[in-house]
Amino acid sequence: MTLITNNPKIERFPSNEVMLDLIDLKKVYPTPKGDYVVLENLNLQIKKEEFITIIGHSGCGKTTMLSMMAGLNEISGGKISVLGSSIKGPGPDRGVIFQAPSLMPWLTTMENVMLGVKKVYPHASKKQKEDICKYYLHKVGMESAFHKRASEISQGEQQRVGIARAFAIKPKVLLLDEPFGMLDSLTRGQLQDVLIDVWNKEKITAVMITHDVDEAIFLADRVVMMTSGPRAKIGDVLPIEFERPRTRKSVLEHDDYYKYRKHLIDFLEH
Amino acid sequence: MKDSIIRALKFIGLGFLEPLIRLINKEEPTKNTKEVFRKIIAPVASVFIFVGLWQLGSTALYNIEAEYKIEATLKSQGEAEAQKIKECMESGDPGCQPNTLPSPSQVYASYLTLLEDHRTIAADKKAFKEKTFEMNKKRVKQGKSVITYTGRPSFVDQIKTSLKTVFAGFLLALFIAVPIGVVIGLSSTLRGSISWIIQIFKPVSPVVWLLLVFMIVKTLTKNSEGDSAFIISFISVGLCSMWATLVNTAMGVSSVNTDYINVAKVLRLRPLQKIFKVILPASLPLIFTGLRITLSVAWMVLIAIELLAQSPGLGSFVWEEFQNGAMDSNSKIIVAMFVIGMIGFALDRIMLFIQNLISFEKETI
Repeated sequence: MTLITNNPKIERFPSNEVMLDLIDLKKVYPTPKGDYVVLENLNLQIKKEEFITIIGHSGCGKTTMLSMMAGLNEISGGKISVLGSSIKGPGPDRGVIFQAPSLMPWLTTMENVMLGVKKVYPHASKKQKEDICKYYLHKVGMESAFHKRASEISQGEQQRVGIARAFAIKPKVLLLDEPFGMLDSLTRGQLQDVLIDVWNKEKITAVMITHDVDEAIFLADRVVMMTSGPRAKIGDVLPIEFERPRTRKSVLEHDDYYKYRKHLIDFLEH
Repeated sequence: MKDSIIRALKFIGLGFLEPLIRLINKEEPTKNTKEVFRKIIAPVASVFIFVGLWQLGSTALYNIEAEYKIEATLKSQGEAEAQKIKECMESGDPGCQPNTLPSPSQVYASYLTLLEDHRTIAADKKAFKEKTFEMNKKRVKQGKSVITYTGRPSFVDQIKTSLKTVFAGFLLALFIAVPIGVVIGLSSTLRGSISWIIQIFKPVSPVVWLLLVFMIVKTLTKNSEGDSAFIISFISVGLCSMWATLVNTAMGVSSVNTDYINVAKVLRLRPLQKIFKVILPASLPLIFTGLRITLSVAWMVLIAIELLAQSPGLGSFVWEEFQNGAMDSNSKIIVAMFVIGMIGFALDRIMLFIQNLISFEKETI
């Protein structure tokens, strides 16, 4: 296995294996001094049931790319397709977990999850919908706080509910924008476990932005590195070949761990 | 026990008594003594200082006015008359007191007079009701209109009328400004296209609104026997005071945290769901801030409008007293001033209380 590839060859997969396909993606922000090209010629294929983490320097356009995938940001050029059909705006097939928990503070945790569940299961009975909410809140360890207002729980707990809300709408793709960036390292570790646990069971595709190299390696099947902006694109892709389910301990003790880590750090420090 | 008392006090807005309760319980004596001084003794002292300054000021003004009066009499009518007036003033006869800023004790006396007056009128009303009760029954049977009390309203009746008008005006402002504010908050096109109306009409003085409403209502109520003074004053109050709510609602709705909007977009909420589940709750704090300003503005302009529209209420009470020029008119005006101020303060507190009950952001009182 060669770890350092100076000229990254972006792999192409058979189309029936691809969940998300980003083709020649381009994003331009007009500024008074002329157009600012954030992303250009960005090509990336993400396979079904794959966990991708994206790292890159601050301001390189990671969040722009993710919000374009979510349909919250307009595409200036190229296209994004989910299972072969290109996206038009946001939709419940793509769940998003934001950096800030962004729960509605005036609703209870249950009502927050319910907001999406109602949309996705319009014909289910009230009891069934509640059971779905409870199931996911249970999964993220919030079973004791169904009826607490979102403003009354800690940030870590809020992000747990955010994870439950995203999974409860049964998305095909889960997009995570530095979801643990605001949390302390202990809570961060717990939530990584919660996330990977639910992801394992639900078998959906996940794309996550992170600044944390260790988090990127621990969670991902492939780590995608983005070049610095302007005109950012995919710089390199590093497959992480640890077996799943992984424990933090086994990953840290694995011989390849430091090779992976060195590869990522080398890329970031260039 | 102690904690529940403190909670009860905070609930009714007397939270400043908390350190006193704690001090009685011998909790952290140094800290709580300081707190008692800061929260109870110092504010009470400021009241005394205020009353003291007022007393000094009114005495000084009284002296100027008295000297002038004696001098003027001396010039025009001679020494004997001047001496007479001086003695009359010193004897405290209300008939020859100079007309100036009344002292605190005079104001308090007027307050008692007004209360006494209210009791007399209330008793009078009651007697009238009893007397006409049987007769009114008969008149109703015969299909005639009932005889109602037409005597002079007391001070308390005027307060009630004013409160009624201000609430009608406030509700009008609420039902006009909140829906419009939400709509223009949601659409930047609309916001841009009607902002000139808001910009131009917001600073218009209450007096002009009153005249405008007067023009319209006068024509519309030509053939009906309604209380047009009440209608005119409450509509004017509503129109004057609604701008704060309109602007705040529009701002609150248009500046909802983008995270919440993104969540609504990702979940593909329907427009109505988005408005009621996300946008309205998120902008509630700003809407309420607007409503609080609206209520206080409504109360403030109400007095001026009643004064001009000759509709019954505190404003016309003040105006009538001023025109009246009786001995205790000045002190009655000051009584009205305090009553207006305290009611305004109480209204604001009520709004704050409601806001804290329904809002997710806990604001400190």
